[in-house]
Amino acid sequence: MEDIDISFLENKAKEIRRNIVDMIYHSGAGHIGGSLSSTDILVTLYYKILRIDPRNPVWTDRDRFILSKGHSVEGYYTILADLGFIDREELKTYCKFNSRLTGHPTVKIPGVEANTGSLGHGLSLGVGMALAGKMDKKDYKVYVLMGDGEQAEGSIWEAAMCAKHYKLDNLIGIVDRNKLQIGGPTEYVMSLEDLSAKWASFGWEVVEVDGHNISQLVTVFESVPVKYNKPTLILAHTVKGKGVSFIEDKPEWHHKIPTSEEYTRMIRELNQEDDNVREDIGSAV
Amino acid sequence: MSEKTSVLPCRKAFSEALFELAKEDRDIVVLTSDSRGSASVENFAEHLPGQFIDVGIAEQNLISIASGLAGCGKKPFIFAPACFLSTRSIEQIKIDVAYTNRDVKIIGVSGGVSYGPLGSTHHSLEDIAFMRAIPNMTVILPCDVNQTKALVKSLLSYNKPAYIRMGRNPVENVYDENIFFNIGKASLLSDGADATIIATGEVVKTAYDAALILRDKGIYTRVIDMHTVKPIDEEIIIESARKTEFIVTVEEHNIRGGLGSAVAEVLIKRLPVKMYMAGIPDEFSITGSQKEILEYYNITPEGISNIVLKELRRG
Repeated sequence: MEDIDISFLENKAKEIRRNIVDMIYHSGAGHIGGSLSSTDILVTLYYKILRIDPRNPVWTDRDRFILSKGHSVEGYYTILADLGFIDREELKTYCKFNSRLTGHPTVKIPGVEANTGSLGHGLSLGVGMALAGKMDKKDYKVYVLMGDGEQAEGSIWEAAMCAKHYKLDNLIGIVDRNKLQIGGPTEYVMSLEDLSAKWASFGWEVVEVDGHNISQLVTVFESVPVKYNKPTLILAHTVKGKGVSFIEDKPEWHHKIPTSEEYTRMIRELNQEDDNVREDIGSAV
Repeated sequence: MSEKTSVLPCRKAFSEALFELAKEDRDIVVLTSDSRGSASVENFAEHLPGQFIDVGIAEQNLISIASGLAGCGKKPFIFAPACFLSTRSIEQIKIDVAYTNRDVKIIGVSGGVSYGPLGSTHHSLEDIAFMRAIPNMTVILPCDVNQTKALVKSLLSYNKPAYIRMGRNPVENVYDENIFFNIGKASLLSDGADATIIATGEVVKTAYDAALILRDKGIYTRVIDMHTVKPIDEEIIIESARKTEFIVTVEEHNIRGGLGSAVAEVLIKRLPVKMYMAGIPDEFSITGSQKEILEYYNITPEGISNIVLKELRRG
C-alpha cells in the first residue's frame, strides 16, 4: 500500500463516516460519537499501515489490530467489508437478529482478533500476541486502540507494566483521546490527566498526535517502534462525533440514535466536498 | 485400586508431567501470577524460560495474555491459586477464553479449603459454580497423582478452554499408574445396589473410603469419580439412579452450584431420585487445617457413610 496518498485516505475516511451514520440510523443501534472520533485512526491503519491480507485473515505473519474500545464498531465493520474480509451486503445485518455483526466485535468475523466490548481487555490481549511474536521471532506488530474513558480500567495498567517489563517494542497502544465518556467529560467523571505522563512513567514511549490529521498519523505510525525495546503509546487527540458539526464534542452523542431529520443533516454535511463548508456554526474545533 | 502410598500433591504431578511434554513441544507456554512456588512451576522458570511468563500479581492480565498467546498458536497453561483465578479474573475467563473459544488451560491450584487457616480470601468454594455457568468451559477436578499425570496428556489434545482445580496437599492414590484420562467420562470405582456416592476431586478418596466402611456393614455402594463436572457424564448418573434409589454427592465446594447441583440438574429432568449433597454449607467456612475443616463439615469417610446409613434405616 506504499502508493496510497493522503487525499485517498481522507476521502476514504469521509466514506467510512457516511457509512457509520447510515448503519447506526438504519439499525437503531450503535455508538456514534466514538466511532466518528476513531475513524481517521482506523482508516490510516487499515489502508496504509497494517500488513494484512483480506484473502487470508489468519495469515500467521499478519499485523494484529485489536479494537479494545469495542463499541466503536461501525467504522471497523465498514472497513473490514470494504477491504473484503466480509461481504458488503452483510453490513445491512448489523445488530439484526442472529447477525454475527453484533454491537461489539467477535472473532466469528474474519479479520477480527478479539471479542471486545468489556473495556480494559484489549491491551492485555495485545501483550499476549506481542509476546507470541517475540517467542516465534516474527516481525509482525500488534496495535491496540483504546478509549480514553477506558483508561480508568485497572487491567490496562497491569498490561502497561507487563509490556514494558517484557520489552514489547512490537506493541503499539493508541488512545482515542476524545475527552468524553458516557457520563460526561473524562476529567469530570474520573480525571485522567496527566495521561501522557502516566504512560511515560509506566515505561512507554509516548507520541502525541492530532488524531484527525491523517498525514501526521501516517508519519507517527511509520516511525514505530520509536525506541528499541520499548512499547509505543500513541496519544491521539480527537473530537467525539468528528465530521458532523452539530454532534461534535457533545456527551449525549455517545450512543444517541439520530432522528430522520438529524440523519439527513448528517449525511448532507458528510457529503460536502470541502471540509471547510460546515453546516452550522459553533463547531468544536 | 493401588496401595495407599502417600505421594505428591497433584499440582506437583501436573507440573512435572507438563514439563516433560513442554521439552518436546515448544508451543506450550506456562503463565503464572507470582505463583511459581505454590504452583510448582519453578522448573519452567529455570529450565524453559522461553516458555515461561510471570506477570506478577495481576490475575486479569494473566488470563488475557494467555488468550492472546493462544490466538497466535501457543498452548498456554495458566497456574495460580484457584481462589484468585476463579474470582478476580472471571470476566477475562468468560470473554477472552470462553467467548472467544481459545485453547487456554486454567489450572487453579490450592483449591477448595486447602489453604485452610488463611481464611475465606484463600478458599475457592465457588469456582465450580462459576466455571460451570460459562459456555464452552470444561471443568475438571483430578483426585490423585496418577490421574493428574494422565489428565495432562489428555489435555494436550483437547483443544478447548478448560478449568482444572487441584488442591495443595499430598494425596493418596486412588488410581494405578498409566491410566487413560477420558475427559467427560466418569469412572466407576466400585459397584453396589444400595446407594450411589458421586464425588469429584480430592474427596473422591473420602467417598471411596466411605464405601469401604459401608461394605464392612454389608452395604454395597456405587462409587463414581465424576472428575469432569462439565460436560457431565449424564449416562452414568441415570444408570446409577436406575440401580439405586439414593445418591450422595461429595465435593470440597459450596453445596450451591457445584457437583451436587450438576448431578441434580441431570436427575430432575430424566429420573429424579432422592439426593444428599455433602459439601461446605452456604457460609464462609470456618478456618483450620484442610483436614479439620472437612471434618467439621462431616466430609469424612465416617460422615459420608453415616449419611447413607441414616437414609437406608429410614427407607
